[in-house]
Amino acid sequence: MKNNFLASRWGIVAVGAVIGIAAALLQKLGNPGNMGICVACFERDIAGAVGLHRAEVVQYVRPEIIGFVLGSFAAALLFREFRSRSGSSPFVRFILGIFAMIGALVFLGCPWRALLRLAGGDGNALFGIIGLVAGIWIGTLFLRGGYNLGRSQKTAAGAGLLMPLVMAGLLTLVLVYPPIVDQAKSGVLFYSLKGPGAMHAPLLLSLAAGLAIGFIAQRSRFCTMGAFRDLLLFGQTHLLGGVAALLVAAFATNMILGQFKAGFEGQPVAHTLIFWNFAGMLLAGLAFALAGGCPGRQLFLAGEGDGDAAVFVSGMIVGAAFSHNFGLASSPAGIGPHGMAAVVVGLAVCLFIGFTLRKSV
Amino acid sequence: MAATVDARGLSCPQPVLLTLDAMKTSEEHEIIVLVDTETSKENVLRAASSHGWSEKEVIAESDGFRITIMKPDRKK
Repeated sequence: MKNNFLASRWGIVAVGAVIGIAAALLQKLGNPGNMGICVACFERDIAGAVGLHRAEVVQYVRPEIIGFVLGSFAAALLFREFRSRSGSSPFVRFILGIFAMIGALVFLGCPWRALLRLAGGDGNALFGIIGLVAGIWIGTLFLRGGYNLGRSQKTAAGAGLLMPLVMAGLLTLVLVYPPIVDQAKSGVLFYSLKGPGAMHAPLLLSLAAGLAIGFIAQRSRFCTMGAFRDLLLFGQTHLLGGVAALLVAAFATNMILGQFKAGFEGQPVAHTLIFWNFAGMLLAGLAFALAGGCPGRQLFLAGEGDGDAAVFVSGMIVGAAFSHNFGLASSPAGIGPHGMAAVVVGLAVCLFIGFTLRKSV
Repeated sequence: MAATVDARGLSCPQPVLLTLDAMKTSEEHEIIVLVDTETSKENVLRAASSHGWSEKEVIAESDGFRITIMKPDRKK
């Protein structure tokens, strides 16, 4: 049991590097700019594809997300780590998922995309990353003060199988109703004809990349939020090695592929509002820290049977629908009409959760 | 006698927080940490070794792992 190379120092670095390279390649193959992989954006696209929101430019069932869950599921089964568990404050996690997504869509990206934007030369990402770290830092203050969401319980295997099954169902839908050229709808699924939702790598390549990343990320416990949290909380740099490797590998691959373009103006799927780049990720970072994982990590946990992580993922998908239905999400033109209010409400809710959930264990 | 930390069912970073807490406050030479996932086991062992504590034994149980860690020999 002690030969899990991917959980070692060099293992996590290798996993981060693979994610960085794969993301840059997926962008080359058709995914949107500096968005080779973005867990928040891709879950948002899935919300659009099934009609939870009707923002026409961001609708596509992203096979990468399906792959992340199923790849993690496969790794957990193969290495006997699949363990069906649930019951650690699920509704709190749902709410945290909603506001994590709202914050991420004010910035326009999850922590992975923040790193990928930086690796592509988008200087605006710096303010997002500063906000992310600040939000996580606030989270560590709550953790030091005794904040926790309580224990989960072992549940029947069927409970933990549900998120992998949901993803298998989504995959089935895509295969039954694949995109049709110039059609905004195929069967029950919505497809973007323009905008980021219309930009995607070939389906099978996206799925394969997602499966591979899901597999190795489950083994390595790769987590961007955890990287900064462990540094701030314990002075530990284990997970940070993976984050640094992702950044460096994506940067190097972007240079080779000619995808690096330094600057602040005119960056793909990004706006230049310094404060809102910061504040969006401040909210997201705090929500990730209170929920115990970045969006990617929550998918990998859901794949290995963690029903509470599955609830967080569901919260993020619902949060994406709220973001676009209520004008909370940003666009390259700037923040949405109600983005400011959403960030303020979100921070208030997260602070409430941080101060009040101190169940003794 | 060894102090016991029951971190079963707790998610990241609680098992490590509780273990570090016990390492600071316990007078015992050994601490037993109960965890329910492979990830928590790795995290607890990594945190223990970074503070100089050594792994005495890890026993797989039906609901997880029983980890015993030992205080470094030098002083106290």
